[in-house]
Amino acid sequence: MKFLRVKMDELKVYTEEVPEKYQKLAGRALTSRLICDEVPATCHPLGPKAKLFIAPGAVTGTSAPSSARVSVGGKSPLTWGIKEANAGTPVAQYLARLGIKALIIEGETKDGYWTLKVSKDAAKLEPAGDLVGKGLYEAYHALKERYPGAGFIACGPAAERKLSMSGVCFSDTDGRPSRYSGRGGLGAVMAAKGIKFIVVDPAWTSPVVAENRELFKTGQAKLADAILTHPLSKPGGTLNTYGTAALINALNEAGGLPTRNFRTGRFEGAAKISGERMAEVVKERGGAGMMGQGCHPGCTIKCSNVYPKPDGTELVSCIEYESDWALGANCGIDDLDAIAEMVWHCNDLGIDTIEAGVTIGVAMEAGLLQFGDAAGALALFEEIRKGSALGHILGQGAAFTGRAFGVVRVPTVKGQGMPAYEPRAVKGIGITYITSPMGADHTAGYTTAPEILSVGGKADPLSNEGKADLSKAFQDTTAFIDMTGYCLFIAFPILDIASGFEGMVETVNAVLGTNFTGADVAKFGGEIMSWERGFNRAAGMTSAHDRPPEFMRYEPLPPHNTVWDVPDEELDKIAGN
Amino acid sequence: MVQVRVYLYATLRAFNAAAGGDTGAEMEVPDGTSIADLYGLLGIPEGHVKQAFVNGRRQDPDYVLRDGDRVGVFPPIGGG
Ligand code: SF4
Repeated sequence: MKFLRVKMDELKVYTEEVPEKYQKLAGRALTSRLICDEVPATCHPLGPKAKLFIAPGAVTGTSAPSSARVSVGGKSPLTWGIKEANAGTPVAQYLARLGIKALIIEGETKDGYWTLKVSKDAAKLEPAGDLVGKGLYEAYHALKERYPGAGFIACGPAAERKLSMSGVCFSDTDGRPSRYSGRGGLGAVMAAKGIKFIVVDPAWTSPVVAENRELFKTGQAKLADAILTHPLSKPGGTLNTYGTAALINALNEAGGLPTRNFRTGRFEGAAKISGERMAEVVKERGGAGMMGQGCHPGCTIKCSNVYPKPDGTELVSCIEYESDWALGANCGIDDLDAIAEMVWHCNDLGIDTIEAGVTIGVAMEAGLLQFGDAAGALALFEEIRKGSALGHILGQGAAFTGRAFGVVRVPTVKGQGMPAYEPRAVKGIGITYITSPMGADHTAGYTTAPEILSVGGKADPLSNEGKADLSKAFQDTTAFIDMTGYCLFIAFPILDIASGFEGMVETVNAVLGTNFTGADVAKFGGEIMSWERGFNRAAGMTSAHDRPPEFMRYEPLPPHNTVWDVPDEELDKIAGN
Repeated sequence: MVQVRVYLYATLRAFNAAAGGDTGAEMEVPDGTSIADLYGLLGIPEGHVKQAFVNGRRQDPDYVLRDGDRVGVFPPIGGG
């Protein structure tokens, strides 16, 4: 394995041996360690001292199931703290097969945008040329023709405008610009470096083989068995049949589906935007539509989808729960076709669907448009596309937009928009949002599993009891999983099936040459988190940043009419502030 | 008798067209009917239900239904 260091001020790519201290790290552990070691915490995220790191997970590129994750890390222009955003994409596998432990992009160029081309034994920079400024659908279409068989990484037009809601886009199995390391504005960091596209050509490479083949085989079999038998992840299970949007009805029933900019926890239009409805539409319209699509070869869960237009041709891939909620319930919009169209705009502009939806919710709160106004919401994407003054305000995210329009009800933590679970109705995930070094992030410690889904035990979502410990345990374990390269959805089977958990650890040990035990998972995850918190502290963050938006403390949320009442001391226990 | 509104979700929808529809089904059940009894009345075979929410709170199968309850019934669900 090697590091590829791209020095943009020299326009040169250097191949480096991986220093020993990084050899047993991968994914998030590696990007976060590198950020701490190489990025001055007080630097401007878009300035010359900032860097962007792209690292596949530990078992990525092997035959381990559902393991094509790649972590993108840097200092976030949205939160101004540390950021790791990961995506599931075949490009993750290509990077691993090319022996690239991490891509490090540093410095900056004043000489326009560049394309980095990476293939077996070669890496070089070329001017990005005619595709700069183009929507990512057009750009990826052209790249596919120019570089058949390759995968692509890009930042979109929104990133070229340095908007903080811009993500880093990866191609899916069909070359669509649909798999995002979306959160935290890392697309803008990529653009600030002067890199527009990365073409990753896997020709003449083969799957990664674990150092300890026997252990890998044993672990892989245990994990695969857990995934294939757990009712959630098995073929024909709910993830496979309804996608992640099966959660719409679940959170709605539980009264925890944030609706109309977090005014209530139930949406009367939930059924119309549910995963169940999506599956019906796909069936009725036929054609290109499909549920049960995999985001990379080697996933047996296959939770992704392709949403069709009324005539059966493709509208967009894919509508995730978070996107569906953000652009739907959160905006009072109950029209799946409009939501699908907005997701298309997000993919094309290169922006995070969650931040986009939360921002539009805040714009609705500000009175720029009415809740439920789908046409008005679509028009806001045109403002971002045009780069109007309004587009620039919106493009900086929900917190910035709230400030610009004097809105009090702004659902953000550390400047990042909250995802699709209401903290006042699901307390544990609220603690995760508030205390994660990443800003409001549901994937950072998904206590929703025991709180709402009854996976990995059961916990009363409305109760505060034991929730700080629960959130901490989930956050620590997740930091480890984010290192492995496994999709976080393997957490559902391995939370319930102990041998699956063992298998996960064994495959990691087999590849990295580590000796992690089950108990080490949360311990090492906790260590990763302490690096990340250390960076944030050095960047100027304190316990005052581990706090909820104030309105949640005094506005009761229907239907349970609960407020945020977790004591601040409980929150501070987590970071040890 | 007590009146309840029942919603079935995801794979459970196939077992009962009325309760499986978007607006759920208004049902009249005898006093003392538990959630577990309700599954029988709806024709859901054993082993398919993961959990039920009553008025937004998760309840055990032995919960006895009350007049006006809103019941949402789910198979194993996940996402994120
Ligand atoms: S479960 Fe979904 S997100 Fe995870 S690897 Fe499979 S298709 Fe991708």
